[in-house]
Amino acid sequence: MKARKFFPILLLLLVLIVVQQLTRLTGTAYYLTQMTMTAYYALLVIGLCLVMGYAGQISLGHAGFFAIGGYTSAVLTTFDLTPLLDKGNSAIGFLTTNGLLAERQSLYGESLLSVNPWLACVAALLLTIIIAFCIGIPVLKLKGHYLAMATLGFGIIIYRVALATEIFGGADGISAVPGFPLLPGIVVSGDFSNRVQNYYIACCLLLLGFLLLQNLIDSRVGRALRAIHGSEEAANAMGVNTARYKLYTFVVSAVFAALAGIFLTHYNGGIGPSEAGIMKSVRYVAIVAIGGMANLWGALTMAAVLNFLSLRGMFGSYDDAVFGVILIIIMLFAPQGLLRRQVWQFFKKSGSDN
Amino acid sequence: MSLLDIKDVKKQFGGLQAVSEVSFAVEKGMIKAVIGPNGAGKTTLFNLISGNLPLTSGAIFFEDKPIHGLQPYQIAQRGISRTFQNIKLFPGMTAVENVMIGRHTRSRAGFLAGMFHLPAARREEREIREKSLALLELLEISQFADVEATSLAFGQQRAVEFARALASEPTILLLDEPAAGLNIYETAEIARLITKIRDQGITVLLVEHDMSLVMDISDEIVVLSFGQKIAEDVPGAIQQNQEVIQIYLGTADA
Repeated sequence: MKARKFFPILLLLLVLIVVQQLTRLTGTAYYLTQMTMTAYYALLVIGLCLVMGYAGQISLGHAGFFAIGGYTSAVLTTFDLTPLLDKGNSAIGFLTTNGLLAERQSLYGESLLSVNPWLACVAALLLTIIIAFCIGIPVLKLKGHYLAMATLGFGIIIYRVALATEIFGGADGISAVPGFPLLPGIVVSGDFSNRVQNYYIACCLLLLGFLLLQNLIDSRVGRALRAIHGSEEAANAMGVNTARYKLYTFVVSAVFAALAGIFLTHYNGGIGPSEAGIMKSVRYVAIVAIGGMANLWGALTMAAVLNFLSLRGMFGSYDDAVFGVILIIIMLFAPQGLLRRQVWQFFKKSGSDN
Repeated sequence: MSLLDIKDVKKQFGGLQAVSEVSFAVEKGMIKAVIGPNGAGKTTLFNLISGNLPLTSGAIFFEDKPIHGLQPYQIAQRGISRTFQNIKLFPGMTAVENVMIGRHTRSRAGFLAGMFHLPAARREEREIREKSLALLELLEISQFADVEATSLAFGQQRAVEFARALASEPTILLLDEPAAGLNIYETAEIARLITKIRDQGITVLLVEHDMSLVMDISDEIVVLSFGQKIAEDVPGAIQQNQEVIQIYLGTADA
C-alpha cells in the first residue's frame, strides 16, 4: 500500500534528476531557470486543484494569494529599517538583538537593515491565512458563477492595490529582493552559481507539497471533500460541516499559492503587479481544467508542461490567449480534462492485455 | 420523555401551509411511519427534523434537547441520520467509500492529521473501513463494496444509502420513502432490512406512501393530510379509521 503510493513520487524525483543531468550533458543548463519557476507555479496549481477538483469550488483569484505572499515577503526583506534604528525605535532594537533582522549591502555599498527572510516568510503566510479566512468566509457561501465572480473581484482588488500602492512599487513592482537562506549554504536566489541548487529546492518543495495534498486527498478529509463535490446536501446530512471544510480547503490552497509566491519572488529577486493579474488566475484555472480537475497528477503534469512552454516564450505574444483558448476547448470537448483516469486505465488495460 | 418529540411544528411556504401544527412523539426502539397522500407534507416534515428546512414555528426535541435551528450536520452529529427519497449517493465513489463518509461523525482526523498521514489518522482510517465493510455485510451487499455506488441497481443503491446512514451509529434513522421506485420484491427486501435495522436497537422513523410496506413493519403510524395530522395509532386501528380510508379512497359523491 505504502510502496505503491510512494513509488510514483520516487519515479518523478528520478525523472527530475535525469532532466537536470541531461541539461548538464547537453549544455542547456539555462533551461533550469524556467524549470525552477515552473515548479513554483506548479505548487500553486496543485493547491488550486484541491479546491477545484476535490472540493468542487472555483477560485479566479489565486494569483492574488500568490501576490500577497510574494509582495509581503518582498516588502519586508527590502524595506530599509536603518533610519528607524537610528531614531532609537525600541521595537526595531528588539528585533535586531533577537536576530530577526538581516543586514546586507545595497548596490552602492551602503549597509541596509531589513527583516530576516524567515520572519518575512512566516509573516507573509500568516497574512495570507488571515486574508484567505476573511475572503473565504463570506465568499464561499456562494456557488457556481457567483463564487467565480466574487473571487474574480478579489483578484482584481489585489491587482489594483499592487499597482497603485507606492510601497509595492506601482507598475515597476519590487526589485532587489535578497535571497532566502533556508539553511546555511542553501539559498533561494537567482544567482547563477545557485542554479542547480535552486532547481532542486523548487522540485523538493513541489514534491513535498504534492505528497501532503495526496495524503490529504486519501484521508477522511479528502473523502469528505469529494462528498461535498458530489452532493453538498448529502454530505451535510452525513455530519460533514461543509462550510468549514470548503473554507479550510480554500485556506490551504491559498497557503500553497502564497508559498509559491514567496519562493519565486526570492528566486526572481523581485515581483511585479502582473503576477497578481487576472490573466494569471485564469491560466491557473485553465491548467487545473486541462489536467482533469480531480486529478492531482494531471494538474502537476499540465502545470509543468504549459508553464514551461509559456516561460520559454513558445506562445509568443499570444501567451494569455493560448490559455483562454485551452480553457474554451477543454470545456467544450473534454470537460474531464486530457489526463483523466479513464485514459490511463485504457493504456493500463491495453498494456496488460499484451 | 420520548426520544424524538415534535411539538406544534409549522412550516409555511408563502401562502401555503405545508405542515400545520403537527405534534407527535417517537419512542425508543420502535418503527414509526408517517403516511399520507402526495403533497401531504411528509417530506417537508422530514426536512424540518433533519434541519434541511427551517421551522416557521414550533419545536423539535431530541433526547430532551431542542434541535430546531441547528444545521443539518449538527443534527447528524447528535445521532439523527437520514436517507433521501431520490437516493443521494456520492458519484465517483465506491459503495464502501460512500459508507465510509457515514462514519464522518464518529471519526476526527483533520486537515493536518490527513496531510501528514499521522499514525492516529491511519489507525482511524483502518477502523472506518472495517466498520463500513461490516455494515455492507449486515445489509447483504458486501459483494458490491468496490463497485461505483451510483452504477448499482436501484434497490442496491438504497441499501448502500442505508449502510451509509447507519455508519454514524445513529440513535434514530430517518428514512424518506425507502420504497420509492422499487418493485414489490425489492420493497419486501427493504422491509426486511428495516426490521433488521430496528432489531439492532435503532429507532426508525419513516415517511412512505406504499401502504403495504408501512402496515407490515410499523409499530405506530401518523397520518398526514394537507399538512395536518389526522390520525396516530397502531397499524390495525389506522386501517379501520374512517377518515384515513376517506383520504386514501376518496368520498363517494352523492
